[in-house]
Amino acid sequence: MKSKKLALPYILWMLVFVLVPLGMVIAFAIRDDAGNFTAQFISKAWGYRDVFLHSLWVALLSTAICLLLAYPLSYIISRAKARTQRTVIMLVMVPMWMNFLLRIYAWVVLLSKGGPLDSILGIFGIHVPLIGNTGAVVLGMVYEFLPFMILPLYTVMGKIDKSLIEAAQDLGSNGFKVFSKVVLPLSVPGIVSGVTMVFVPTASTFLVSQYLGGTDDIMIGDVIEKVFQTDRHTGSALSLCLMVIILLFIIVMNRFGDEEAVGI
Amino acid sequence: MKKIICILMVLVLAVGAMATLSGCGKSYDGEINVFNWGENISDGTDGSMDVIAEFEEKYNIKVNYTTYETNEELYSILSSSNSSYDIVIPSDYMIEKLIAEDLLTEINFDNIPNYKNIAETYKNLPFDPDNKFSVPYTWGVVALCYNTTMVNGQEIKGFADLWNENLKGNILMIDNSRDAMAIAMQLSGINPSKFTKTEVDTAAKKLSEQKPLLKKYVMDMVFTEMEGAQAAIAPYYAGDVYSMIQNNPDLSYCLPEEGSNFFVDSMCIPKTTQNKEGAELFINFMLEAEVGAENAQYIGYSTPNTEAFKLLPEEIQNSELIYPSEEYLSKCYSFADLDKDVYSYMQEKFIEVKAE
Repeated sequence: MKSKKLALPYILWMLVFVLVPLGMVIAFAIRDDAGNFTAQFISKAWGYRDVFLHSLWVALLSTAICLLLAYPLSYIISRAKARTQRTVIMLVMVPMWMNFLLRIYAWVVLLSKGGPLDSILGIFGIHVPLIGNTGAVVLGMVYEFLPFMILPLYTVMGKIDKSLIEAAQDLGSNGFKVFSKVVLPLSVPGIVSGVTMVFVPTASTFLVSQYLGGTDDIMIGDVIEKVFQTDRHTGSALSLCLMVIILLFIIVMNRFGDEEAVGI
Repeated sequence: MKKIICILMVLVLAVGAMATLSGCGKSYDGEINVFNWGENISDGTDGSMDVIAEFEEKYNIKVNYTTYETNEELYSILSSSNSSYDIVIPSDYMIEKLIAEDLLTEINFDNIPNYKNIAETYKNLPFDPDNKFSVPYTWGVVALCYNTTMVNGQEIKGFADLWNENLKGNILMIDNSRDAMAIAMQLSGINPSKFTKTEVDTAAKKLSEQKPLLKKYVMDMVFTEMEGAQAAIAPYYAGDVYSMIQNNPDLSYCLPEEGSNFFVDSMCIPKTTQNKEGAELFINFMLEAEVGAENAQYIGYSTPNTEAFKLLPEEIQNSELIYPSEEYLSKCYSFADLDKDVYSYMQEKFIEVKAE
């Protein structure tokens, strides 16, 4: 009973700042100014399906690259000496102490025409547009959200009991078998939370594409921001659609995680 | 244990928020919330006058200063939430809209003796015919900024050059529905002051044709792009074009031969103000000759303040870009308020162009 009372402030917080706004978004999305239920805003939101698809594609690509980069790194960190672990994790987190916009802005400078990277490539006779395309947007996303993939993976991998690996080795498993039969299944919870923590913000973020992308890289977050300025209803409908997509994604991810856990 | 930590963290957040609200250290006689365009006030950098600090010093009133990027953003904040801004600085057509929707409060001009410094030309403008709600802050036209080394020897004459195939991939377009549509309308022979939905369609089509040639849609990003020689040409507000040219000698300007948009940004007091006297003190302070001159020089926009104008350096007074000739201004038009549905239609179409 006592512990329930202590949770009250947080429940209140959730109610006022999460549930009520969520209810308002839904109400705006399905009702017009006169208060009648209507599907017109949802159907207007449907008009932006190409932008949705593009955003999901960018999010998926960024998440996959994050996973590919973070997985081996997290494994290596979790096997390193305690002091090395602390140092490397610190290095992973340092960029997060800086403002999000500043970091993206730094990339704008790095990738700009005649900028550092362009000049270096120019020496080798390579002249490609580094900024203003989907590649640059994905790069920005990966840079921005990589720590969110590394941290959960590292935490989960650090908890893997070394004796399990030793047991597998004793039983004659080679390196690959140890990885596929012991490490990989045991790290699934880390993968699931890492993927969720990267995919969800990349799918909904704005500004990154405005800074690094070209005219074709508009993401759904940017559209929502613009639409909201004059049309709360369509803006809410767009947000609602995005929330549903993300919710579906999370459900699928959790299913996947649960099954894997049962499989072990 | 976890729950306790959770609660503690929430408490820390709450206390932190309160601490910032109450402000720490110095005590003020009051405060005003000023909501202005980005880069639109002299802030003490590059040896300029820090206008806000001067005001706080003189009247012992704290100024909470925040910025927005477009009139539309300002409108959505003023119309949708119980904001508590005391000063906003919208453009002409937006003022007309805000007055029509009863979002502004009448200014008591007895508290603003410096209003006499404003030139007669900028009083009683069409958006506020009896001049009850607004005091002009700056004015200007939309001009073209281009990089002389990047236009492939082309002579830049007007807005039509923003559709120039030769500059493909190096063109920036303004990321603001009203301004972008206006440029497209001028080129399509439509009057951008006031228009119909069908005319919006025509302009949107014109913008779609332009999109493959563009590098980006920009607002404040235009400074980095143009000053850093990342793009060849961009339409933007004359005062900002002037600043960009100061920072990169390769840049030059062009007053579009088609004529352009003449705009006035004016200081207004929203209905929801908590400190109207403070706001009026601020307006009066901004109209002081010296403050106005420092401010105009920093922002680069044209000043409607005759006393301030006299204090400006000669090269600014004589600049065709900032103070275009009467003859050029007679070719310009200003925006009128649009019907609500035409306005949202225009906004919607512009997002569609960007999203397609």
